[in-house]
Amino acid sequence: MSFVYFIFIPMLAALVIPFLYKKVRGIHTGWFVLAVPVILFSLYTTFLSKVKNGESFTSSFEWIPSLNISVTSYIDGLSLLFSLLITGIGSLVVLYSIFYLDKTREQLHNFYVYLLLFMTAMLGVVQSDHMISLYFFWELTSISSFLLIGYWYKRDRSRFGALKSMMITVFGGLMMLGGFVLLSIMGDTYSIRELIASAPELGNHEWFVWSLILILLGAFTKSAQFPFYIWLPDAMEAPTPVSAYLHSATMVKAGLYLVARFTPIFASSEWWIWLVTGIGLLTLFWGSFFALKQTDLKGILAFSTVSQLGLIMSLLGAGAISFHTGIEEDSIFKYAAFAAIFHLVNHATFKGSLFMIAGIVDHETGTRDIRKLGGLMSMMPISFTIALIGSFSMAGLPPFNGFLSKEMFLTGMLSIQDFNLFAFDTWGILFPIIAWIASVFTFIYSFYFVFRTFTGKHKPDLLPKQAHEAPIGMLISPAILGSLVVAIFFIPNVIGDVLVKPAVVAIQPYLYDVPEDIHIHIKAWHGPNIELWMTIGIVLLGYLLYATLSKWQPLYNKFPQGFTLNRLYDTMMFLSEVGTNRLTRFYMTGFIRSYLVYMFTGIVLLTISTVFIKEAFDISFATLAPIRFYELIIALVLIAGTLTILLAKSRLTSIIALGAVGYSVALFFVIFNAPDLALTQLVIETVSVALFLLAFYHLPKLNRHENRMKFRLGNALVAIGVGVTVTIVALSAHSQKLVPSISSYYEKTVYKEAGGGNIVNVILVDYRGFDTLFEIAVLAIASLGIIALIQLRLTKKKEVNRIEDK
Amino acid sequence: MKTNDVILQTTTKIIFFIIFLFSIHIFFAGHYTPGGGFVGGLLTASGIVLLLLAFDLKTVTTALPINYTVMTAIGLLLALSTAAGAIFFNVPFFTHAFDYFHLPLLGKQSLHTAMLFDTGVYLVVVGVTMTIIQSIGADD
Repeated sequence: MSFVYFIFIPMLAALVIPFLYKKVRGIHTGWFVLAVPVILFSLYTTFLSKVKNGESFTSSFEWIPSLNISVTSYIDGLSLLFSLLITGIGSLVVLYSIFYLDKTREQLHNFYVYLLLFMTAMLGVVQSDHMISLYFFWELTSISSFLLIGYWYKRDRSRFGALKSMMITVFGGLMMLGGFVLLSIMGDTYSIRELIASAPELGNHEWFVWSLILILLGAFTKSAQFPFYIWLPDAMEAPTPVSAYLHSATMVKAGLYLVARFTPIFASSEWWIWLVTGIGLLTLFWGSFFALKQTDLKGILAFSTVSQLGLIMSLLGAGAISFHTGIEEDSIFKYAAFAAIFHLVNHATFKGSLFMIAGIVDHETGTRDIRKLGGLMSMMPISFTIALIGSFSMAGLPPFNGFLSKEMFLTGMLSIQDFNLFAFDTWGILFPIIAWIASVFTFIYSFYFVFRTFTGKHKPDLLPKQAHEAPIGMLISPAILGSLVVAIFFIPNVIGDVLVKPAVVAIQPYLYDVPEDIHIHIKAWHGPNIELWMTIGIVLLGYLLYATLSKWQPLYNKFPQGFTLNRLYDTMMFLSEVGTNRLTRFYMTGFIRSYLVYMFTGIVLLTISTVFIKEAFDISFATLAPIRFYELIIALVLIAGTLTILLAKSRLTSIIALGAVGYSVALFFVIFNAPDLALTQLVIETVSVALFLLAFYHLPKLNRHENRMKFRLGNALVAIGVGVTVTIVALSAHSQKLVPSISSYYEKTVYKEAGGGNIVNVILVDYRGFDTLFEIAVLAIASLGIIALIQLRLTKKKEVNRIEDK
Repeated sequence: MKTNDVILQTTTKIIFFIIFLFSIHIFFAGHYTPGGGFVGGLLTASGIVLLLLAFDLKTVTTALPINYTVMTAIGLLLALSTAAGAIFFNVPFFTHAFDYFHLPLLGKQSLHTAMLFDTGVYLVVVGVTMTIIQSIGADD
């Protein structure tokens, strides 16, 4: 069964969708689309039983065989988990969107085509074993996400958000490509599995850290880590199904997938551990801290997503530490990867449902501004229940799945200070503290989100619409996710055995061979240990701070706007546009004289430096002929003519002096035995002087200033430089003749072989006739050009119009 | 006022033929002594320019009803076909052939396909020079 083709099923379906949209107007297009993720989901569930036992599957087809590029689908625990998330949440999101998007007012064909394209891209990212095809799908997610964020393209904010996310994720994508290329050179393969197999040798390579940093840049930009998270809040301009799907459950987890997938390669490096853990923790804190500043429901959720992604990222980093501790030591790090994957699943469930609830609130009240909302509990009881479940899970309260993963997270962070490598035993004490503070803020914003929306005073006069409960179809998807949130709390080990353990084997292959080796049992009650006290502390302090929120929330507005990362991004974009514009205007003056100065200066600098670097300068007078008297005279005339051209006041004088120079060159030809050249030079000089005079005669009367050429020091320097350069090159070239001339061959054969006596002419028409053929072609083109210039002048407007009328 | 330049016109009538003959000589002599199609063509053209100076454009066009653009084209075609003709004899492009013949009146002479090529050059040079001078001269 070639399941590699499953990846392309959504893309193929996307081809058909516009026709269905145009032809079948009665039925919402989403119903047709819904079949695709549902079928794929059931197809992927068939792998579950085998992957659970540690089996993995590969299927591939050749894409560019000559470059050894193929599309390979590799299904193991990690990619199966992600594939199930993508198709599963995808089905729910499509179902939700059927009720969210109006079939008469929205351009549904665009929406579903982009969404299906995204689904293919995402499946490709998580299943690709070949790094080039991984990169291909990775950029396809960026592009389809760009299209989805800009779905309401008539709004300014949508276009801005789409562009911002595009710039940042494509930047990261390109960095990641660089990392891939370095990695493939080091390992001499593009296959990730083969690289993992040869990971121990890669660690000593000098490019190892570079490829590590570049690949992490790709992962951090995609997963909205600090400081690249800024695109995610702006991406909230997308329709809510898109936010729920892309920006909480799937695309932003592509970076986490990448980190998880490459952990076996990079885990040996302390850079990896520090960067992934540190940036993850910083993002966790930053996101949770600034989530409280938001007043938009989706803004809160965006920052909360950023923060939760940071949490998972830091756990993945802590999981990499287990590479150094090993399995024998009963350290907690080997649980960190398990906790990361478990929380990833949990986050997908509760954040998906929360986004859908935010969409429902927006849809049924007409606003997402939390200051206008309140007291919706009695009007929207079902939505409130689901929101409550999601928020409590996000805050880490029992009996919801967030509680379990939060406990595991705290355990992981607490034990990081026990790790006595890479200075973790000193700085490591900060990790649990930051994690704990971030958890307090997570608790506050979870409460802020749900209670400010659904409890308190109802303000009907502020709402654009009369608030009421959403249609039942819209509630199905969040209800399913909400019930999963509760279900996972009660049966965590089923999820753990079926989904999480096979994925952990893929992340930590140096610890485990098969999923059965992992002896982790999730317990809701693990005794009165320090984590429990920390949770109690979170709840107490969190509740206290939430109760006094109105006192200290205004402090956020005191935070200086000038120092935010968004301002930095805007400034960078502004500078790159305006700055490059100014730079270009600075040197692209539009004056030919400027460009000539650049060119000549370039020639002088390049030539002179080459001559001196290569030590090619050489003067030898050995082969020179003696100077004859009349050569000296003609040379003096030549110099006098040249100086006259430069210093003449009238242009007429310059033209005549130019003629004098031309005739003295002809004289040189005479005394250097070149009669053909002398003849041609004489006639051509005459013709060109006549043409110059013609041009002089036709100069416009207005600007005919009979002035001496202005002296410019820069021009003089450049001119002297060019003269010196050419002289140096000529002298050096003449002094080092390395090969004898071929002219003796012509002398010998001119009569015998070519039947002629004038070597010059025979070379022109016989030996090198090819050149002459094209030189006369050049002449013909020049004459035709002059005809075209003179006779085909369309100066009068009438004539132009006449031609256009035809 | 219309000037009467009878001296110029009369001398031109004589000198034109001398220039023309000289240019033909230079052209034919090119293979053995200085000269050739290029200089020959330029000299012919300068002879016609002399005509243009002495008479006006209209008179010269009536006396020498030549389309110089067509002349250029013929010259290019001649040069190219001379070069390409070699292909039909199964030798590389641009291979010239020559031999010696006894011609009536002229005696032993060599005939060379390079001469045909040079004729092409000659025609192109005359055509181009005259095209340029005529079109600039006719422009007002």
